[in-house]
This record gives sequence, C-alpha cells and structure tokens, in this order.
Amino acid sequence: MIVVTALAVGALYALGTYLLLQRQLTRIVIGLALMAHGANLLLLLAGGRAGRPPFVGGGDGGPVADPLPQALALTAIVITFGVTSFLLALAYRSWVIDRDDEVEDDVEDRRIARLAHRREKDS
Amino acid sequence: MSRTGVSPDSPIGVRKTREGLTGPAAAMRILLPLPIILPLVAAGISMCLFRRPALQRVLGAAVMVAVVVASIVLLLQVDTHGVAVTQVGGWPAPTGITLVADLFSAIMLVVGAVMVLVVLLYAIGQPGTSETSPWFHPIYLVLAAGVAICFLTGDLFNLFVAFEVMLSASFVLITLGGTKDQVRTGMTYVVISIVASTFFLTAIGLVYAATGTVNMADLAGRLADLPDSVRSALGLLLLVVFGVKDAIFPLFFWLPDSYPTAPSPVTAIFAGLLTKVGVYAIIRTQTLLFPDDGNGTLLLVLAGATMVVGVLGAIAQDDIKRILSFHIVSQIGYMIMGLGLFTVAGLAGAILYTVHHIVVKTSLFLVGGLVEHLGGTGLLRRLGGMARRAPLVGALFLLPALSLAGLPPFSGFVAKLALIQAGMAVDAWLIVGVSLVVSALTLFSMTKIWGGVFWGAPEEPVLTAQPSEGRLRAPSLMVGATVTLVAISLGIALAAGPAYDLSRRAAGDLMAPAVYVEAVLGS
Repeated sequence: MIVVTALAVGALYALGTYLLLQRQLTRIVIGLALMAHGANLLLLLAGGRAGRPPFVGGGDGGPVADPLPQALALTAIVITFGVTSFLLALAYRSWVIDRDDEVEDDVEDRRIARLAHRREKDS
Repeated sequence: MSRTGVSPDSPIGVRKTREGLTGPAAAMRILLPLPIILPLVAAGISMCLFRRPALQRVLGAAVMVAVVVASIVLLLQVDTHGVAVTQVGGWPAPTGITLVADLFSAIMLVVGAVMVLVVLLYAIGQPGTSETSPWFHPIYLVLAAGVAICFLTGDLFNLFVAFEVMLSASFVLITLGGTKDQVRTGMTYVVISIVASTFFLTAIGLVYAATGTVNMADLAGRLADLPDSVRSALGLLLLVVFGVKDAIFPLFFWLPDSYPTAPSPVTAIFAGLLTKVGVYAIIRTQTLLFPDDGNGTLLLVLAGATMVVGVLGAIAQDDIKRILSFHIVSQIGYMIMGLGLFTVAGLAGAILYTVHHIVVKTSLFLVGGLVEHLGGTGLLRRLGGMARRAPLVGALFLLPALSLAGLPPFSGFVAKLALIQAGMAVDAWLIVGVSLVVSALTLFSMTKIWGGVFWGAPEEPVLTAQPSEGRLRAPSLMVGATVTLVAISLGIALAAGPAYDLSRRAAGDLMAPAVYVEAVLGS
C-alpha cells in the first residue's frame, strides 16, 4: 500500500510540474492543484501505517493511526483551496481584460528580446 | 507512529496550565499572542466596517499602535528574562502550538510592527490609491498578523501557515487595483509563491517522516540523530524554499518584476518586510536545525552572487521603483553573508543589517512614492529638477540612499562595518571584497536616481498635467511618515553601540540553540 501511495505521490508531482511549465494560467492552476495533492498525500505517507482511529477510548488493541499528519493535510487542503480560488479569479480577470489567460513575459524579457531583434536586423 | 511520549488517553496539558497561572509565564500567555490576535480580530471588525472608511482608518492605526507597544514590552521582557515561551491551549510542547520569542524574533517583531504602522499612515495620507478600497484595511491587518506569526512561531508547520496567511494577504494587496500590469505581474508572483509553498509542505512532510515532529525545538535534537545525508537534503530543501521567498540568487527573478506594479505603500511594506521574513526563516532554521552541516561556504557563494547580480540589475534599470527592487535582491546578499560566516559577530552583523535594511528600504520606497506622486511618473528620463522644486523630498531621498550605500555616519555604514569586521575576523577576504565593490556600485546606482530625479531637466517631455514651474507639495501625512522612518534610520546610526550590543546578544542566543530548546521543551 505504501509503495502504491509513494508512486502516486511521484506521479502527481511529475504531472503537476509538466502542467506548471505551460503558458496558459488554467493549466498552471491545475498543475499547482496536482502538486498540492501530491504534497498532501506525502504528508499522510509521513504518518506511517494506517491504524485504528485516534480517538480517546476508541476501541481496543492495534496501533493507533498518527493523527498529526492528517491534521496537517487538512490545514494544507484548506489553504490550497483558498489560494486556488484566488488564482482562478486572477485568471478570470486576465480573461476579462485580454480575452486570454496566457502568462506574458516580464518587462525585462521583452526588452532583451527587442534588443536582440534590433541587433539581428542591423547585422 | 514515530511521535513518542503522547498517548491519546492521557490527560496532558494539565501540568503546564497549572504552572502558567502565576508569575512571568502568565504574563507571557497574554503578551505573546497579542501581536497576532489584535490585528486578526481588528481585520474581522474592519471588514464589517466596509462602509465606514474613517472608522477603518482609526481602527487600523490604533491596533497597530497597540501592537507596537506590545512588541516593545515583549522585547524588554525577553532582554531581561530570557526566551519567552507560551503553549497556546495549554498543551505542552512538542504537542501544543508553541509561541516563542527569543531576542532575534522580538527585535524583528518590533521593527516589523513599526514599519506596518508607519506605512499604514502613509497609505492613509496618499490620495487616490488602493487605500480607498474598502478591503485594503482588513487585508493589510491580516498581513501584519501573518508577519507576526512568522516571527513568533516555534513550529515548522505553523511557519508554513504563517507564510500562507502573509502571502495570501500579499496576493490580494498586489492585485487590488486589478489593472492589466498588476494582473500580469500578480500571476508570476502568486504562482512562484505557491510553488515555493508546495515545496515547503513537501519539506515538512519529509521532515516529519524522518523525525516524527514539527516542533522546531524538538527537531533541533532529533535532526542531529539523523544520518548526515538525510539531514543535509532536508536542510537544502528548506534553503530552496526560503530562498524563493526572500529572493536570493538564483531564485530572485520574480521580485523586481512584481513589486514595482503595486501601489507605493504596498511595495514599501513588501520590500521592507516580506523578503526579510524569508531571511528570518533562513537564519532561524540554519542556526537552530542545521547548525553543523557546513552550509557556510554555500551560503557565502550564494550571498556573493546575490549581491553582484542584484546591483548589476539595478544599474541597468530606468524606473525608480525597479532600481530599488533590484537593490532589495542585492541587499539580501549581505544578510546571507552574515549568516554564512557562522560566527556570533557575523550573525550580529546580519541582524543589525536586516534591521537597518528594513527601515531604509521602506523609507526609500516611500520616497519613491512621493516622487511618483509629485512627478506623475517613476521613469528617470521623464523626471528632473526636483531638488529645487521639492527640496524636502530630495533630502528625504538622499539620507536613506547614502545609508543604503553604506556611507558614514549612517546606519548602513554601521551595519556594513559590523559585517566586514566579522568577515575579516575569519579571513573571508573574497566575500569582504565582493561586498565592498557592491557597496560602491550601490552608491553609483543611487547617484543615478539622484541625477535623474532631483537634478537636471527631463530628457523626454512630461506627459502628465504637472505644473512645470514652482514648488511641489505632497500631503503632510505622507511626508510625515517618511520623515519618521528616516529619523528612525538616523537613530539606529546614533545608537550604534547599544544597537550592536543588542544584535550581538541576539546572535549569541542564536549560536547557542540549547537555551531556546530548553525554554521550549523544559529541562
């Protein structure tokens, strides 16, 4: 089970990274969400093997599941949810302004590209 | 199940609660959470007052004054009685939520709170900015709370949450105007921040898997028992995470692009505080969790590269805010240099430098805001002759600019002197040489702003409807806030002796983490 989960974590990170390198903001958002899922799964994995529910007086025998990583993952999920909604709002704003959600080059990149272009024309 | 010492059936927390009812511990229970709770509660109230901007302003300013007072009391307490700890909810460490203030966090907290207050006043005084949005004040207070949690938390996961609180607030502040430029740069900023946060979460997961705890004091002991390779991998992962947050080479590229598009007060508080929270986190984790990993040389190389790349980037720019943004990157190098030396003197220099930098950088961005307000643009080629028309603004720029370059008798000189002496004490000649050259280049780039904005005539015709003759006047609250910051910066230079002694005591505590660990976990 742990091996399968570990493989899933790896796959989520890989897919997330791939989508993150795209130019459309919607793909980036999905990529970030996948990576966040990977991280949350990793947190669960960090808690070790599954066990009985960690309640006071909750049944008898057997090892208790580690509650802390579950709490951490829950917090992280809430944070990811909020931040992802904000990113989607930003993508929508970009679409309203530009009819496009592509992430543009920054000022410096464009300046360098312009200079290179001019130099090419001169020579 | 690696977490030991806690069984779900035992009534933990009782012992600690009983102890905490009297004496200084009881005072700390109230005092330590105050800088976090006050702005958060006020943010909630402020959000309900969205139809009453005047009340929002009074509330925000009053709460920040209270936070400044609480932080100063905390600093005095910590300086006399040692590390202050409280367990929120009464659960003992390492299970509970630990708030802890040693001298370093208390110093950062005081400086941070003062900056938040002064910039808030500046924002209130500036006409026609995003401060007029009903959501500015609540979000700004959340930012203040997030910064306070970062400085006070004693728990790696809470540090992550604090970063998220702070960054979420900063996402909103940086895109509050909703203009095309803000959305474009906001995207880069938000995506980079989230990627770094995901890495942070990954690092926390791996740390927990390896040690079974996320309490930093507890981690200090348990990480030492790990194999060297695992420990240094964790240390480097955390270094990358915080390296993105505080823009060290080669992870700085997002900063000079995103900061300048925000309104001046927002840029000023970001420039002053947010990256420095990253520096705080690097110093805290490297000294407390990974003290013997020999990261010193790596940090020094990064520091040197950060200084050089930042200052060269600044020289190439033509916009006052973009120049200043590249200087943030360059200056971060000095703080990392102090850490990389891994001596008490080096860390003392780094702490003094961080404090000086927060004050000076914030005031420079506020002056940049004044220049944009008066001249209608931040582009050097469209500005000129402001020294004659607004001499006070000229003076307000010149003092922190010379301080940034490290000229005597300003605070930058004192801080750089401390760093360079610390470097020479351990024969780190290369980094000392690099830092001196970068200082000279900083001065050059400051004279470029001076020549472009305050002397001469505009190279290109001014497009805005500014009067081309006569004196220019800025709103008195904006000027007042800037004057306050410049005065604080001069105050640091005047009180250089006591300030250095304080930094040295804080650095001594950082280099002896056993005190911190014992204060949190009990002996």
